[in-house]
Amino acid sequence: MKKLINSPENVVLESISGLGAAFPDLVKVHFNPNYIVRADAPVQGKVGIVSGGGSGHEPMHGGFVGKGMLDAACPGAVFTSPTPDQMHEATKAVNGGKGVLHIVKNYTGDVMNFEMAADLARAEGAEVEAVVIDDDVAVKDSLYTAGRRGVGTTVLAEKIVGAAAEQGCTLKEAAALCHKVNAQGRSMGMALTSCVVPHVGKPTFDLPEDEMEIGIGIHGEPGRQRMKLKSADEITEMLLTPILEDLPFQNGDNVLLFVNSMGGTPGVELFIVYRKAHEILTNRGIKVSRSFVGPYITSLEMAGASITLLKLDDQLTKLWDEPVHTPALRWGV
Amino acid sequence: MTTITADQIIAWIERYSIRIAEQKEFLTKLDSDIGDADHGANMHRGFQAVLVKKAELQGKDIGALLKIVAMTLISTVGGAAGALYGTFFLQASSVTTGKTELTPGEFLLLLEKGLAGIVLRGKAAIGDKTMVDALHPAVKACRRAIGANEPLDQALAQAVAAAEAGLQSTIPLMARRGRASYLGERSANHQDPGATSTFLLFQCAAETLTTNH
Repeated sequence: MKKLINSPENVVLESISGLGAAFPDLVKVHFNPNYIVRADAPVQGKVGIVSGGGSGHEPMHGGFVGKGMLDAACPGAVFTSPTPDQMHEATKAVNGGKGVLHIVKNYTGDVMNFEMAADLARAEGAEVEAVVIDDDVAVKDSLYTAGRRGVGTTVLAEKIVGAAAEQGCTLKEAAALCHKVNAQGRSMGMALTSCVVPHVGKPTFDLPEDEMEIGIGIHGEPGRQRMKLKSADEITEMLLTPILEDLPFQNGDNVLLFVNSMGGTPGVELFIVYRKAHEILTNRGIKVSRSFVGPYITSLEMAGASITLLKLDDQLTKLWDEPVHTPALRWGV
Repeated sequence: MTTITADQIIAWIERYSIRIAEQKEFLTKLDSDIGDADHGANMHRGFQAVLVKKAELQGKDIGALLKIVAMTLISTVGGAAGALYGTFFLQASSVTTGKTELTPGEFLLLLEKGLAGIVLRGKAAIGDKTMVDALHPAVKACRRAIGANEPLDQALAQAVAAAEAGLQSTIPLMARRGRASYLGERSANHQDPGATSTFLLFQCAAETLTTNH
C-alpha cells in the first residue's frame, strides 16, 4: 500500500514536528516524551485541559491545541494510547494552578494509561480530574464489554470545555461540563474501505467493493454489521436512527449536527450525508441550530463517515460559539 | 534448593525480547483479527527498548532490574499492553527489592503480585478473553507445584502447559474486556493476542530460569 511517509517508525515524530513548524505562534511541540502544548502554556489561573490518544485521527488531538480548546495533547503511536509519562509531563506543563482535566476516550489502553498518569500527577500534589467520553451507540454498553467507545463527541467536548476553561471555570465545573457534553452526545460511524496502519502496510480488514461496515470504530476495528453497500441517504438513515433512539432526541430539541469524514471521504460526499441528516431531523421536529462538517476525527485514510448529535442548551450553544484559535479550528478571532 | 539468579532473570527478559521479535507478525495478525493490529509492534518496540538497556540491568538486584524493565515498558509500549505488562513487572519488582536470587517461593510471590496488579489495573476475570486467561492458570500451576515442593523446572513446565491450555481456551470465547469486546459474537473463534504474548512469557521463563548462564 502506498503511503506518503519516510519510514513507519518516524510517522508520529515527523508529523508532530511538522505541526509545530507550521503553527509556532499557536503550539509548542515537546519531544521525548512527546506532547504538544499551547505556545503560552501554562496559562496562570486557568484550568488546564489535556487530551490524547493514538495518532492517526488527525486533526484530533494535536490540531485542537490552542486558545479556547486544549492546553495539551499527547499523541501515541498510530492507533495506540500514549504512555503515562507523556500525560504526566503534559499535565505538569499546563498546570496554571487551578488543576488539570484529562479528557479521555473510552478505550482500554487510553483509560489505563491516563489513570496511571493521574496517579503520578496526584502523587506530586497536582489536582487532576478525568472524564471518559463514551458516545458510540454502535457498541452495546454492558458489564460484559469495555463499554462504548469515545468518538465524535470528544471533539465537541474539547471545544466546549476548552471555552469554559478560558472563561475561568473551576476544575470541578470543567469536569461537570465535560460529563454533561458526554451525556448529551451520541455518535455512529461507517466505513466504505479499511485503513492501512503504517507499520502494518496492508489494510486492517478486507472489505469487498460492494460491501460496507456499519458501526465501525476509529481504529479499523470492525463494526456492528457488514452488509451490501447502500445509497448515501439510506446509510445516513442507518446511522442517525440508532443515535436518535438512544438518547432519545425528541421533537423540540435543539442539536448540533456534526458530520465527520473518516479521512478518505471527500467534502462533496459529506454534504450529501449532511443534507439527508438535516432533512430527517427537521421532519422529526428537531432543530439543527449548529452544524459542524469536515474531517475532524479520522481513521487514517479510511473512507466513510460518522454522525454525531449533541443536544444543545443555552450554556452549550454559547460555549460552542466562543472564540477558538487552534491549528485545525478557528473562529471568533 | 534451586534458586533463580539475577542473571537468569535478565536471560529470561532477553529471551522474551527475542521471542517477541520472532513472533511480532503473528501477534499483529492475531490482533488485526479482533483488535487494532498493533500488539506485535507495540510489544516489540517496548522490549527492544528493554534490550537497549541490557548493560544497565546487569549487576543490579532483581527488584531494581525489574523496575527498569517496568518503567521502560510503561514509557514505550503504550496501549493496554504497556500499562498491563508495565504493571506486571512493577509489582514483580516490589517484592524482589534487594534480592540477588530468588527461592521458588519468592519467584511464586513475584508471579502472584504481578497477576494481582494486572487484575486490578485491567479489571479482567478468567473467561473475559484476555491475558488473564493464560496468566491465571500458569500462576495457579506454579502455586500448586511449588507448594508441593516439586522441582522448579517441573513447576515451570506445568505453568507453560497451563498457560497454553488457557491460551487455547480463549479461542471460542467472546471477548468481554479490551477492544475485542466491541465485536461481541464476532470475537469468538479467534485466539487472544494478549494471552498469546503471556504464554510466550512463561515459555521463555521455562527455557531460562532453570539453566545456568
